[in-house]
Amino acid sequence: MREPIIAFDQVSKSYPLYHHVRGIKHLMFNLTRNIKELQASQYEALRDISFEVYEGEQFGIIGHNGAGKSTTLQLIAGVLKPTSGRVTVRARVSPLLALGAGFHPDLTGRENIIFNGVLMGLTRREVMNRLDEIVEFSELGDFVDRSIRSYSNGMLARLGFSVVAHLDPHVLLIDEVLGVGDIRFRQKCIDKMMEFKRNGVTMVLVTHSTQSVIQLCDRAMWIHNHKVKMIGKSKRVVERYCEASGVPMPKRDRNQKEEMLDYVEIEAPTI
Amino acid sequence: MLGISDGISRLSDRRSIESYWDLLVLLVQKDLKVRYKKNVLGYLWSIASPLTFALVYYFAFQIVLQIRAEGYALILISGLFPWQWFANSLASSPNYFIATSQILRKVRFPLSIVPLAANLNNMIHFLLSLPVVVVMLLIYDKAPSLTWLYGVPLLVTVQLAMLHGVSLILSSLNLFLRDIERVAQIITQFTFFFTPIIYTVDMLPPEYLPFLPLNPAAPLMVNWRYLILDGKLDWFYFLCSVGYALLFLALGTWVFNKLSSRFAEVA
Repeated sequence: MREPIIAFDQVSKSYPLYHHVRGIKHLMFNLTRNIKELQASQYEALRDISFEVYEGEQFGIIGHNGAGKSTTLQLIAGVLKPTSGRVTVRARVSPLLALGAGFHPDLTGRENIIFNGVLMGLTRREVMNRLDEIVEFSELGDFVDRSIRSYSNGMLARLGFSVVAHLDPHVLLIDEVLGVGDIRFRQKCIDKMMEFKRNGVTMVLVTHSTQSVIQLCDRAMWIHNHKVKMIGKSKRVVERYCEASGVPMPKRDRNQKEEMLDYVEIEAPTI
Repeated sequence: MLGISDGISRLSDRRSIESYWDLLVLLVQKDLKVRYKKNVLGYLWSIASPLTFALVYYFAFQIVLQIRAEGYALILISGLFPWQWFANSLASSPNYFIATSQILRKVRFPLSIVPLAANLNNMIHFLLSLPVVVVMLLIYDKAPSLTWLYGVPLLVTVQLAMLHGVSLILSSLNLFLRDIERVAQIITQFTFFFTPIIYTVDMLPPEYLPFLPLNPAAPLMVNWRYLILDGKLDWFYFLCSVGYALLFLALGTWVFNKLSSRFAEVA
């Protein structure tokens, strides 16, 4: 058996609901009660999650809002620590920053590209070597030298995707970004991800677009109520997920593809 | 931070020193650029504030209250310019991590680099304002002394270390207790009047003098005035400020290390 590049071993994550504390004033005046409350009000985001992602694999994570998908990504990215269990990551992970995160509005697109690349652990020189490629891919044209304050949401998304796509990611973490950008750029992103797939880049994809899970991922995991409901071939998992949510399965019919993409991005009704 | 700890083991943390350095430079540059891009008067703003305060206090204490002090204008300048750096850092530090919350929830990077960059930035602003101090000295027929050559780097280093420690504490805690910001404001006000900034050590009633070293900001500010006006350092006060700097650095690092793994939960 190959060695997994990402491994979750009975991982649970819970954290106190800090907003109960509010501030130092509140904390001081109700010290004992507050500490009790803090200990009692643990929010459990994930319970006993185990899965493995192998080198070169594309792994989808689906589930309803608040099920724990993004927490899983944060654990992979290493910004959260598990409360119990074990998270092992054996490669450099590149999270695809959603819409504007990490971008400073007063800097130009070009400056933001450099900043993001270095933030992800590259050196400035390495980013500079790829700068032209990134700028070209983003199709931002002259806008790249303007402050990103003037960018539309779609342009920000293009910038974000272009940066990550050109930083030689070993493991790419993608959280819900396929929905932004116009149809053409979305297709370009999907093409780029298909290229990654062919080149054996490991990807973890969190999305509500069941169509892209089927299209891009080998395997998928369905998280329901903070627990793993199912792991398996992406098509099987999506089938069961759609069934349980009462939403028709997206068809692979070429003509219907775009329509379906739009359709399944609407949040499914809860079961 | 590296290796196997707390249930996470990962090979992904090997950020080269070059990348760390690049990130630090970029963060410092970013703030400088933003500050000076937004308004052409960016530089003026970093000196306008201490100059205005100097003017206000000069009016209140020299002209209205007519306190007996020789060269009160220079006393104010030599106190308010270093203090401006100190106060700016205190006031802005609660926000360092809150301002980066979007990023720290997604990307793993050495978080302590954020306050470090901000503190370096404030330091740069202070250094850029020094020429104004020199001009003021010249206006009043004084000149900077050669001792500045070692005095300024020494005091700058101590102040940077002290502020970095304090900002680690404030910026970390403020993620969990959001009103730390207000506490910081009150502390800043308090410290301002209990520190010889708009008055000198000599004006202090003798019975209060022994308590002066208990104020962490005082030894440093006293030395800034000695250095700027007389070109000398008081080594006792200097050692006091070094002690405080190390204390706050240790405390700040401890608080930061305790809390930083939970930043993404609250940010």
